[in-house]
Amino acid sequence: MTFLLFAEQMLNGLQFGIMLFLMAAGLTLVFGVMGLINLAHGSLYMIGAFAAAWVAGLTGSFVLALMASLAAAAAAGALIELTVIRRLYKRDHLDQVLATFALILILSEGTRWVFGSFPLYLDVPSYLSGPVTLPGGIQYPLYRLAIIVAGLVVAGGLFALIARTRIGIQIRAGEADREMIAALGIDISRLYTLVFALGAALAGLAGALVGAIQSVQVGMGEPVLILAFVVIVIGGIGSIKGALVGALLVGLTDTMGGVLLPRFFALFMDPSAATTIGASLGSMLIYILMAVVLIVRPSGLYGSA
Amino acid sequence: MVEPLLQTRGISKSFGALKASSDVSLDLRPGEIHALIGPNGAGKSTLIKQIAGNMKPDSGTVHFLGQDVTALDTVARARLGLGRTFQISALAMEFTVLQNAVLGALGARGDVMRFFRPVMKDSALVERAREALERVGLQDHAATRTAELSHGQRRQLEVAVALTLKPRAFLMDEPMAGLGAGGSKRLTGFLDGLRAQAPILLVEHDMDAVFALADRISVLVYGQIIATGTAAEIRTNPEVRRAYLGEEDAA
Amino acid sequence: MTRETYINAALTFLLVLVPFWAWSTGQAYILTLCTKVAILALAGVGLNIALGLGGLVSFGHAAFFGIGGYAMGILASHAQVFDPIAEWPILIEGTKSMPVIWLVAMVSSALAALLIGVLSLRTSGVYFIMITLAFGQMLYYFTIGWPAYGGEDGLSIYVRNSFPGLNTLVPVQFLILSYVVLGLALWFSARLARSSFGLALTAARQNADRVETVGIAPFRLRLVAFVISGAITGLAGAMFADLNRFISPTMFSWHTSGEIMVFVILGGVGRLYGPVVGAALYILLEHLLGGVSDYWQIFLGLLLLAVVLFARGGLIGTLAGREVAHG
Repeated sequence: MTFLLFAEQMLNGLQFGIMLFLMAAGLTLVFGVMGLINLAHGSLYMIGAFAAAWVAGLTGSFVLALMASLAAAAAAGALIELTVIRRLYKRDHLDQVLATFALILILSEGTRWVFGSFPLYLDVPSYLSGPVTLPGGIQYPLYRLAIIVAGLVVAGGLFALIARTRIGIQIRAGEADREMIAALGIDISRLYTLVFALGAALAGLAGALVGAIQSVQVGMGEPVLILAFVVIVIGGIGSIKGALVGALLVGLTDTMGGVLLPRFFALFMDPSAATTIGASLGSMLIYILMAVVLIVRPSGLYGSA
Repeated sequence: MVEPLLQTRGISKSFGALKASSDVSLDLRPGEIHALIGPNGAGKSTLIKQIAGNMKPDSGTVHFLGQDVTALDTVARARLGLGRTFQISALAMEFTVLQNAVLGALGARGDVMRFFRPVMKDSALVERAREALERVGLQDHAATRTAELSHGQRRQLEVAVALTLKPRAFLMDEPMAGLGAGGSKRLTGFLDGLRAQAPILLVEHDMDAVFALADRISVLVYGQIIATGTAAEIRTNPEVRRAYLGEEDAA
Repeated sequence: MTRETYINAALTFLLVLVPFWAWSTGQAYILTLCTKVAILALAGVGLNIALGLGGLVSFGHAAFFGIGGYAMGILASHAQVFDPIAEWPILIEGTKSMPVIWLVAMVSSALAALLIGVLSLRTSGVYFIMITLAFGQMLYYFTIGWPAYGGEDGLSIYVRNSFPGLNTLVPVQFLILSYVVLGLALWFSARLARSSFGLALTAARQNADRVETVGIAPFRLRLVAFVISGAITGLAGAMFADLNRFISPTMFSWHTSGEIMVFVILGGVGRLYGPVVGAALYILLEHLLGGVSDYWQIFLGLLLLAVVLFARGGLIGTLAGREVAHG
């Protein structure tokens, strides 16, 4: 395999990882602060993508589309939190899983009802399309590079928010001791709604950004959701640092595995069998990784026991 | 000198820089009630966990019935006959009182892996369970749901379940906790009679109960046993007074 | 007799009445629907042992459903074309005999449950949910990439498998067969709940410390429950494959795991007839509402949400009240 191909795949893995981080960050925040497991997070990703595609179709502006995705996802998140999620904080995990699974059904079918079954298309804006030449002679799509940069900026912003702002302190306190922050007179319900909406916005943004590369369709959030769960389990539930490390690990493993394994198998198998087995094993690889991490470190890499 | 039923030798446990247990040696002799007291944070729960099998000590051994059980877990120690009650009652809340007791009898008999015969119709188990309930005075509540019992009654039930095990020794973690004056008196009276059946290692804060019941008292401070002796000896021990009362004059 | 027993009796009556009416009026389609309810209920009965009795929130039970289905698919597809599955070191041929297929399905699911259980039961809470989900997904992706048995498109089995003494292609005969199997599973589940094992398992769900202090190891209880549960759901998978004469990787997907859980919850988790009611409700919704609107799953979602938030005990829980302790 050539260096160029390898580097390109590494960048793809990085881009995938960053997107997974945006999803995982929201998920792990909600779990860390509110103790809630939210399966409907993938639906928020989808809502962000649909909002972006719709607005882009209306206005032709990618920037407006991104803003729409943030707004729509955050609004949807806030609405869901106010009506459903806040009844679930005191319930056990089974109830949370079932209720948010119900939300997936409602949101997915609801979106299909509004937009129909055919995928929408979100186009990469002209000023971000085309390849760019990186050091080493690597040709890489500008848009994907932009995603990586955008993702890193958001990650940085998130870390700054958590570490340096009042809201951030409240969030960290909430993660450490939920009852205490209520006792300290902080408006818990407002904080929770805010955290949930923030996570939703991140998911929506991820959906919009990825929507330009893949198609925007109902159910697009589900494979990503599952992976995001794998990420936070590997990284440690409640840890944003863990989410970042886990996301990059999963993103790179998935991409490189999908590329390297078929080639590895092709060394001693015929090409078509190698591709199928390699791709298949590549998809399984992440779950194998998660199982191994759980067995060795049951609370994940950065989680607290 | 009678062989102690339960014995710890040099138990030590550290969590990072914190030494929760420091070279703790104590024993439990037949027929006695041995109370373990100490100020908050002294490391009583850590010690109990190590004696019960929930936690492995960094060094030191635990012997039960002459056997080294340091490597055994709670289940194994329970099977050997170490009965236990918890500070916060550990009971199956949805079960009836009788079901909880039958569970104990089932554990004692050991043949859990039976899939067809209704367990509540097993006369041997139900007999043993009812006997234990009578012993603690709960026989009239056999059909009551455990969640509906009062705090004191739950304590009684826990002791009953421990009794079905026909234990050789009891490990009791703050049995008086949460009981009113009447309840404490009743339980004190009950435990007094229980010691003949099996000795009790009792962790307690309620000093009235401790001084009324205990044959021996060990005082745990910052993970170390600073004194072991009779109630009279402990009451007048200057180190103990200092640990509990600060730099007060021994009046 | 408790209220729940009356309700169960009424349900049994309904379950027999509906297909009888359908058979006497020649509506084979409804007979097939009833069979589907019975088989899906069977899958739920399996899950209910782990979930309802044991408190194990397994979000990957589709793994066993799929293994059962693919056991059938592999055995039957090879038998159809008289092509042995393996020739070395021993000759393994396919079969189209249901009893044999069911045995293989149950044993393979049980073994898978043993392996998955040993690895997953060391975790708890949300980690357990995630790791069981992961194992289901692993098998899902594995079968998608397995061209020999259809890969993503799945595999059709053209002729229904045979059962000695019956003509399984006749809807009412297959229905009665499925009912008998469901009945046996319900009987077993009931016995299990009242047995020593059942007592210890439900105690472990409520308070693991309590179980340890009476000298019983919760891990072993849960593992056995998980294995039994997997075997029964696996059997349902094999029968489902026979019902549709089709197997596909979606049998392994987490949506399927979620759906099986939905049956159990709608009916009442931990209740004997819970999965039966839940499966019946689900199929009813699918066919009544599905005929009216393509988006019937919105209503399923709303119903599920309502049950979780307001009627936690499911339909049976709401009708029968709190569970009466056995004995």
